[in-house]
Amino acid sequence: MDFRFSPAEEAFREELLEFLARELPPDLRGVGRATESGDWELTLSMRRKLAQRGWLTMHWPKEYGGMGASPMLSLILNEEMSYHRAPGRDVFGARMLGPTLMIYGTREQKERFLPPVARGEVQWCQGYSEPEAGSDLASLRTRAEDKGDYFLVNGSKIWTSLAHRADWMMLMARTDPDAPKHRGISFLLLDMKSRGVEVRPIISMAGEHEFNQVFFDNVEVPKENLVGEKGRGWYVAVTLLDFERSGIDYAASAKRILDDINQYMDDVHGDHGTDIPRADEGWARDLMVERYVETEVARLMAYKVTWLQSQGQVPTKEASMSKVFGSENLQKCAAAGLKILGHYGVLTDEDKWVPLRGIIEKAWRYSISGTIAAGTSEIQRNIIASRGLGMPRG
Amino acid sequence: MDLAWNETQQMLKSSARSLLAKECPLSMVLAMEKDEKGYSPQVWRRMAEAGWLGLAFPEKYGGAGGNFLDLAALLEEMGRMLTPSPFFSTVVVGGLAVLASGSEAQKAELLPKIAQGQLFMTLATLESTDDYWYTYLNSRANRDGNGFVLNGAKYFVPDAYVTDYFLVSALTSDTGPDPWEKNRGISVFLVPRSAPGVKVTPHHTFSGDRLGRVEFDGVKASRDWILGEVDRGWKIVMETLDRGAAGKSVEMAGGAQAVLEMTLDYLKRRVQFGRPVATFQALQHHLANMAMDVEGCQSMAYQAAWRVAQGELWSSDISMAKMWCNEAYNRICALAHQCHGGMGFTWEYDLQLYTRRAKVQEQAFGDAAYHRTMLSQALSGL
Repeated sequence: MDFRFSPAEEAFREELLEFLARELPPDLRGVGRATESGDWELTLSMRRKLAQRGWLTMHWPKEYGGMGASPMLSLILNEEMSYHRAPGRDVFGARMLGPTLMIYGTREQKERFLPPVARGEVQWCQGYSEPEAGSDLASLRTRAEDKGDYFLVNGSKIWTSLAHRADWMMLMARTDPDAPKHRGISFLLLDMKSRGVEVRPIISMAGEHEFNQVFFDNVEVPKENLVGEKGRGWYVAVTLLDFERSGIDYAASAKRILDDINQYMDDVHGDHGTDIPRADEGWARDLMVERYVETEVARLMAYKVTWLQSQGQVPTKEASMSKVFGSENLQKCAAAGLKILGHYGVLTDEDKWVPLRGIIEKAWRYSISGTIAAGTSEIQRNIIASRGLGMPRG
Repeated sequence: MDLAWNETQQMLKSSARSLLAKECPLSMVLAMEKDEKGYSPQVWRRMAEAGWLGLAFPEKYGGAGGNFLDLAALLEEMGRMLTPSPFFSTVVVGGLAVLASGSEAQKAELLPKIAQGQLFMTLATLESTDDYWYTYLNSRANRDGNGFVLNGAKYFVPDAYVTDYFLVSALTSDTGPDPWEKNRGISVFLVPRSAPGVKVTPHHTFSGDRLGRVEFDGVKASRDWILGEVDRGWKIVMETLDRGAAGKSVEMAGGAQAVLEMTLDYLKRRVQFGRPVATFQALQHHLANMAMDVEGCQSMAYQAAWRVAQGELWSSDISMAKMWCNEAYNRICALAHQCHGGMGFTWEYDLQLYTRRAKVQEQAFGDAAYHRTMLSQALSGL
């Protein structure tokens, strides 16, 4: 057993930290969500810089423009990007679409779609959830009718992060309404500039435009944009879900919140002028220690997922545990932050007296979606119990 | 990074599992609660024969040259089987403290005997205040000629009335303790239980653990009973507590895994409303929560044990692990009871053995409050 990273991994972390120190503006206001779109110019410029270094798709094999980097290096990248709240990563193109095309894509699809992702020039979005298909995703109803050389798409997708910034969408649509629900779905690549696509914003309770609802009115998708076999799209998409993250983002974001609050507690200590007594009370310190401990557990859970991947295993149970635990802990850390900040915690960045540039309140508002997005905590617990512990379905 | 037990440790675990299942099943664990000694001399002999007692000692002291992770592999299995034995006190606490801080003579005298199963040790540091911190230390050893005279009372001492030696912390400075800045004031004595003036009174716990209160009444302690240097014993106590906290965390992780498996097995067999209750989502989510807590116990405990194996005592990872395992293991037991219904509340069902012991393991080498205070001080740079 050895909990250390290798010297090469540590060297990469150092290089990455230097890069972040150089490139990130000091007045960064985002919370570092991978789907953040507030300062889009900054996101794009960071993405190009990551791409120039090969880091954007570092986990891809060399033949597809990646660096063939180990899962551990990817983990370090995600850990530091999240901790530093750095924009620029590409969840949908680099982490989901790319690896999926490498398995299921035709040679033409790979040649056409992979290089722009590796260069950081294209934004993808994920057309999965529908108003009537959330946790029960396989009941989705968006139709894709086979018209010979194209599919005719009608329906609607919801909670589509970054659809308003996206060039392309990975779309799950029903091509066979008579087949059992998992078997009638196909996986299509849809050009967001196609005629009949309409994107309507959904403003989240964080006050940000991240989600959208997308409507399809007789949208034509050429046959060559079908990934994998027709009717097998559910299985293509499920593979892709397995490429989703280790959960390190939750742990790293939580750690950053705690470090910020800890610094704040020191800054407002009576010895330093601005005396805010609540920040120096025993309950606040106890709360912080409890959060630090649980955040360490979250970090180790994420490491475990990645380490198992690096051993060639498929950590289904571990990934679900890391997701539930990490997202719930992040909520608790943000809530602990607000508790310690008191009235100052509810101020926004428009207020002159806001502490820590208002990032904690924003992180708290965002954290509410963490236990819902990418598989609710309840669905994840079902997975842990059934696929992880072998408990029979009811 | 390597998060798995190595091959040797896996073999050790699998042989430990079969040895303990055969020699010390849970029925024996229950029987031992009423036993005068509280452990089985036959099991102890088997442990010695299997090389467990000297596992982490160098070969020249009759050991196998293993490290703390090797020991942790065993502790996890003992935690899993609730093995009643003075192993933890003798090896993890006493033996490793002697190995780390003892004189050559002490090591040569004590360690081979431990390895052969001929000698027991334990730590006697807590007093009536029930706080490990040095400011609560009142036992005193006054200088007397070439030696000392020891007076005081130690509480909650594990295996107190089977042990051969107590590791006793006591004040040895006239000016009051200052164990940090000037390395002054506290010494650790190796006191034989047979020394005149030593009196052991058993505590009665609900867990079947053998805790005792030990009184030292004018015990004449010779200078060569001191472990390490005079007045510099506090570091030894703290490091011993660190090893104890890391080892106890691993033991608790073993128990936690057993409780999870026991509950899972029960829910798959128990039928209500015409189907196994394991099919009910309410219970599935309890089990998912238990599985996450078990995963947390393992990760944190292994990391702590790895720190100790690296020689990195004083790491806050150790306090984090003990704090987490204390709370998580108790949560796991509580949910296990909820899942078992009335059956888990009976004396004859094994679950209660774990639940009762979890409470004593929680107290050993620092409860959550103690470690929270330690971590809080580290956090604010105190």
